[in-house]
Amino acid sequence: MSVRVQDAAFDAGAELNAFSTGDGVGAIVSFTGIVRDTDGTLAAMEIEHYSGMTERAIQAIVDDAMARWELQDVLVIHRFGRLVVGAPIMMVATKSAHRADAFAAADFLMDYLKSRAPFWKKETTADGSTWVAAKDVDEDALSRW
Amino acid sequence: MYFAWVRERIGVPFEDVQTTAETVSDLVAELSAREDRYAAAFADVSALRVALDQELADFSAPLAGVREVAFFPPMTGG
Repeated sequence: MSVRVQDAAFDAGAELNAFSTGDGVGAIVSFTGIVRDTDGTLAAMEIEHYSGMTERAIQAIVDDAMARWELQDVLVIHRFGRLVVGAPIMMVATKSAHRADAFAAADFLMDYLKSRAPFWKKETTADGSTWVAAKDVDEDALSRW
Repeated sequence: MYFAWVRERIGVPFEDVQTTAETVSDLVAELSAREDRYAAAFADVSALRVALDQELADFSAPLAGVREVAFFPPMTGG
């Protein structure tokens, strides 16, 4: 498995191609999160993180996923720092012999990365900067697992 | 350590604090009594999360043996 927390941009397609090799692979599921300009006013997004805890928290989430499902490999990349609209923020990919395990594990990883990995998003528009508030629906999603 | 708007409200990303507080809640009360900027940041602890030595914890958790305490709002990763 591979967990990368970085300020550098990444190429989600190239990452996925590199991840998709290996013997006995039956299913690859991936998710890529992109900086979204909901109402046409977003100038940039700043992502703060808790260096040290971030890597530990993501690793714990990945370990949990590996224990719950039959996975051959997991990839998590999450950026921090200043991101522009349209840039990939993060990606998750799961590799399994079986489709159901790959889908479920990717879904689980996304739910937990959203609410349990110490990242905080701040959006900058012409009117200034505001911290993105966590949504109850994201916290509630954890009870699914 | 403080992150996101907690950091901005308190004005520093981290600081050394010598305390005899037994729990996280005791530490919050001690800091809040010290200066208004702490009281403002800790006004509603239900809107905050705490990590002890980089593991999420409850505000009732004991501080004995803990080296690093971090306060931050609910996380918004992904």
